[in-house]
Amino acid sequence: MKIHEYQGKELFRKFGVVTPRGFACFSADEAVEAAKKLGGSVWVVKAQIHAGGRGKGGGVKVAKSLDEVREKAKQILGMQLVTHQTGPGGQKVRRLLVEEGADIQKELYIGMVVDRVTQRVALMASSEGGMDIEEVAAKTPEKIHKVFIDPSAGLTDAEAEDVARKIGVPASALKQSGVLLKALYECFCETDASLAEINPLILTKQDQVVALDAKLNFDDNALFRHPEVVALRDLDEEDPLEIEASKHDLSYISLDGTIGCLVNGAGLAMATMDTIKLYGAEPANFLDVGGGATAEKVTAAFKIMLSNPKVKAILVNIFGGIMKCDTIAAGVVAAAREVKLSVPLVVRMKGTNEDLGKQILKDSGLPIISADNMGAAGQKAVAAVQGHKQ
Amino acid sequence: MSILIDKNTRVMTQGITGKTGQFHTRMGKEYANGKSCYVAGVNPKKAGESFESIPIFGSVSEAKKQTGATVSVIYVPPPFAAAAIDEAVDADLDLVICITEGIPVRDMVRTKYRMQGRKTRLVGPNCPGVITPDEIKIGIMPGHIHKKGPIGVVSRSGTLTYEAVGQLMDLGLGQSSCVGIGGDPVNGLKHIDVLKLFNDDPQTEAVIMVGEIGGSDEENAAQWVKANMRKPVVGFIAGVTAPPGKRMGHAGAIISGGKGTAQEKLAVMEACGIKVTKNPAQMGKLLKSVLK
Repeated sequence: MKIHEYQGKELFRKFGVVTPRGFACFSADEAVEAAKKLGGSVWVVKAQIHAGGRGKGGGVKVAKSLDEVREKAKQILGMQLVTHQTGPGGQKVRRLLVEEGADIQKELYIGMVVDRVTQRVALMASSEGGMDIEEVAAKTPEKIHKVFIDPSAGLTDAEAEDVARKIGVPASALKQSGVLLKALYECFCETDASLAEINPLILTKQDQVVALDAKLNFDDNALFRHPEVVALRDLDEEDPLEIEASKHDLSYISLDGTIGCLVNGAGLAMATMDTIKLYGAEPANFLDVGGGATAEKVTAAFKIMLSNPKVKAILVNIFGGIMKCDTIAAGVVAAAREVKLSVPLVVRMKGTNEDLGKQILKDSGLPIISADNMGAAGQKAVAAVQGHKQ
Repeated sequence: MSILIDKNTRVMTQGITGKTGQFHTRMGKEYANGKSCYVAGVNPKKAGESFESIPIFGSVSEAKKQTGATVSVIYVPPPFAAAAIDEAVDADLDLVICITEGIPVRDMVRTKYRMQGRKTRLVGPNCPGVITPDEIKIGIMPGHIHKKGPIGVVSRSGTLTYEAVGQLMDLGLGQSSCVGIGGDPVNGLKHIDVLKLFNDDPQTEAVIMVGEIGGSDEENAAQWVKANMRKPVVGFIAGVTAPPGKRMGHAGAIISGGKGTAQEKLAVMEACGIKVTKNPAQMGKLLKSVLK
């Protein structure tokens, strides 16, 4: 799960990670009020969407008077902000963060993730803040310093200060940056984060380290013990189809192609998508119905896939194990009838009671295209969207 | 021969009183030698009771002491599953197979840390389990699609493993053992660990390795294969079409920081002498082509 920058900063402050002062705003009036409350003469008006790259897309502006705050807030609120992470359609800005301006001496980078190889939390730090960190990693990997944190000892003072020194924090700020890094680690663990990123972490002209940005993602598996994190969810930032799917316990992700896929199991679902590409088309979605492909679930899945206007055919690929093929076939037939399916449907079933399942599909009288294996299923689905019936 | 488990394995079910645990314990008991293999269940509140004549004990160590079981399978719900693994490790079991899906990553980081220097092997979590066909099945895979034979199968996903097995069976090829290592980023045995076991198993003549996008386990395994493996290995990586930053169902199946793409993995595997296919419908045929 993702949250907004201003929410991330609120969490940061709770754990002792220093951030600029600021307020979330939903209108230009609120933005001016926030600037008045903050005082000073320079403010930053920042678009709050879940995607990164907001500055480059025109979603972050500096204002030097209250009138400018109003003007910038009006410009940004409601805009379709396009960044490298939003896709070409962009994301509508509905919230702002108005913050006090900062005196930046140096921009640094701090990130935390769970490292799969060491199976520990990895702290990554770099002197190259404010840039695309993936580019830094690719071009100058020596500028990224890593600490793999011992889960029993946590991040030690020595490790924190050492990594701070390596990324160019001056001696006078080492102690304070050590405290900040340890606070970030505590925040990461206590909230069950899957990613924490501060880009940039700045060194002010007064030699203070401050988190100018905050990106926090959370482990979905751990949300059950974090109602305070779940409360921060912003459904406006999520794909409505993915939200609908999650209500039916379906794992669904929208993609750009024309063939809707309904599969049991994440690995087989990916493999099915790959097969479609192999034969020259693109999948419209990833959809894992899980172990229980019941009529209700298949119906919900069909409805979700068909609400995407790009879908020109549906490919169902089920390996019936514990769940028998005849049960699944009955579900597919019921679902196709219920939604009055109007696009070609290719079904491939394998496993327990396979023949019974195929018979049910055949006897349904529905124009279902049957396939014996995954390759043929992919081929037939692609042929269906390209208009050449096989 | 086989790897990890065989007809002489004695197994206990942790979470035997839940619906899933009961269903799959029953299925396991009915498969091949299952009647003698499934000897105990664990539930601290139901010690002294039994499930379909399998005695239930209050703890893993008690179940081990009373029945001699050295392997456990875990169906405990996600909030308590890591603690269940800890208990099995503390009881010095040989092998723990954790089926539970949805365990918080932080719990698994702590559990893996605790496991350092201990003898217990972990398979999973979020996996279908392990089967040695015609001998024993521990997990949620359909037993009847398998038969005994010379092919080892190791995979991060469930149904895609069954798919690979189905294709082998269509070609008349049975399996020595099939191991689902699971779709989580922090887990027990990795591809490389299972390949090492298959390399030393006299029954296994060739291996299918099925991977997914995300992480670098397949690359590490491929490097090891190049230097050490005496048997042919073929591979497939699911997720060529997966966009970066999107989690494809499994917590571990995500391309992050441009790392862990299918193309990258396939290239490394090929460079290490593993025959790969981009067509998941061809896994079985590819394997057959490398058999001596």
